[in-house]
Amino acid sequence: MSNTMSVLAILEQQNGQFHRMSWETFAAAQQLAASLGVPVEAAVIGKGIASLAAEAASKKAAKVWAVEHDLLESYTADGYTIALEALLRKAQPALVLFPHTYRTRDFAPKLATRFGSVLVSDVIAARIENGAMILVRQLFQGKLNGEVRLGGGSPQFASVQAGAWRADSLEAAFGDPAPVETFSPSLDAAQIRQQPEAPFREAARAVDLTAAEIIVAVGRGIGEESNISVVEELAKVLGAEMAASRPICDAGWLPMERQVGSSGQTVAPKMYVAVGISGAIQHLVGMKGSKTIVAINRDANAPIFEVADYGIIGDLFEVVPALVEAVKKAKA
Amino acid sequence: MKIIVAIKQVPLRDSPLRVSSAGLWIDEDALSFEINEPDAYALEEALRLKEKNGGEVIVLCAGPERAAQTIREALAKGADRAIHIETGDLNSLDTLGIAKILAEAVRSENPDLILTGLQSDDLGSGQTGVVMAELLGVPHSTIIMQVEVDGARIKVKRELEDGWFQHIGMPLPAVLTIQSGSNKLRYATLMGIKKARTKEIRRVTPADLGGAPAPVAGITKVYAPQKQKQAQIFEGDAKTAAAQLVEKLKFEVRVI
Repeated sequence: MSNTMSVLAILEQQNGQFHRMSWETFAAAQQLAASLGVPVEAAVIGKGIASLAAEAASKKAAKVWAVEHDLLESYTADGYTIALEALLRKAQPALVLFPHTYRTRDFAPKLATRFGSVLVSDVIAARIENGAMILVRQLFQGKLNGEVRLGGGSPQFASVQAGAWRADSLEAAFGDPAPVETFSPSLDAAQIRQQPEAPFREAARAVDLTAAEIIVAVGRGIGEESNISVVEELAKVLGAEMAASRPICDAGWLPMERQVGSSGQTVAPKMYVAVGISGAIQHLVGMKGSKTIVAINRDANAPIFEVADYGIIGDLFEVVPALVEAVKKAKA
Repeated sequence: MKIIVAIKQVPLRDSPLRVSSAGLWIDEDALSFEINEPDAYALEEALRLKEKNGGEVIVLCAGPERAAQTIREALAKGADRAIHIETGDLNSLDTLGIAKILAEAVRSENPDLILTGLQSDDLGSGQTGVVMAELLGVPHSTIIMQVEVDGARIKVKRELEDGWFQHIGMPLPAVLTIQSGSNKLRYATLMGIKKARTKEIRRVTPADLGGAPAPVAGITKVYAPQKQKQAQIFEGDAKTAAAQLVEKLKFEVRVI
């Protein structure tokens, strides 16, 4: 990796608001740039983004790119790929970091392909070893970790997992803000094949899980729909709201509005009881901020025990009824 | 319409996983395998589109000999024929390498639509479909819940974060990555299983397809993650463990 090339953080924004993971990505870029001894840069993409670029320039960076174009007002995979390809050919970063969001998943692999490279996605840690960048990502839905050694030319591409770097570790600019350079890519409407419509929500949410003090959540381990009542009994004695991981809502066993995770609600109750939930990252990001986490699972190696404070390893059909009895006794 | 569905064979969900002695992958000897779950939803969507609009569904799968079982199951569910790219060392390729041989295998088929799951349950890179689209020069969209065909165009419902969705229109041919849970999965019928035995599976090798580029990002080590937080585990039979947990929740955590 050449010493003169930067680490570039791609910040995500929508309607003038930064995605919360943009700051985590920026912090990761600052830290990796420091360990490589190279400058850090950041890029904001969209239309009318001067104030966002100024906000980004208040952080420690050698430069902030404002990638401006009317056709970048709404996100499209084609528009973003063309604009960012042009930016990368000009800025020539050594490493490009993205937040691992749904949007990044949609365009960053395409962008990397244009440089004959690949995106190392959903990275949870990084280090330099003998001058090479080693990135750590999860395999088998978090049950194992894999290390990836980045080889080949530059730029190299990686996306960082939600929560893997802390937004509050982001360093502010020392003295003057970073210089902002506006970059206007050449972009033609005919090059953009996707025609996006306005985002929408399916229905008003009748259940606000974020207000619940205690949540009992059920996952795949429940086996079949008729077994849900076993867990509902526990929710009842605890005075808790019922929630579920995605597969349970997909199957229609509980309504979609009770789904916790990246595509559902993000909750942080006083206590979260995960029953038969293995703890794929898509679920963990929605509940790991809970004050106390209790996990009941048959598999001692389930990733849910990574975030749990208390656990019982065993058959939920034995453990949950025993818990119901114990709670009743404690409340009597 | 001609639809290609790219599927992957992965270890059965909840398989006990052991890191191989070389430390570069898992020990596969004692494992059973099945279709990657999001790919099963991609196949379901393809079969529904065929039922509605007519045409052909072709299963595409890269993997070792054992993948033939998963391919047969897809044919039994209603796919018309299959292409099996036989390779014993999928793990020596990176995302670009896999996508390249998959793209080359479908190029001469000139499909209207290519569907695949949004990610694999083993590697979870979530990129194969997007990279294939770029290599084939066709538009794409990801994390798709619904597909409506309207002549030479499609309109898809894409899932966004936090319960949001978006409709996106695009011309065919296109590549879509399908989200799990978008439909109810069908089972193979006895008739389907019988018919599958006579359906064509064309076998090719990566070399037949021009090979794959040397990997840019290869896995150099696989290991069990170190616990960052030590959960306090209550031992004993269910009753004993439950009583200890509740005591903790009542007197220390004070949530009961």
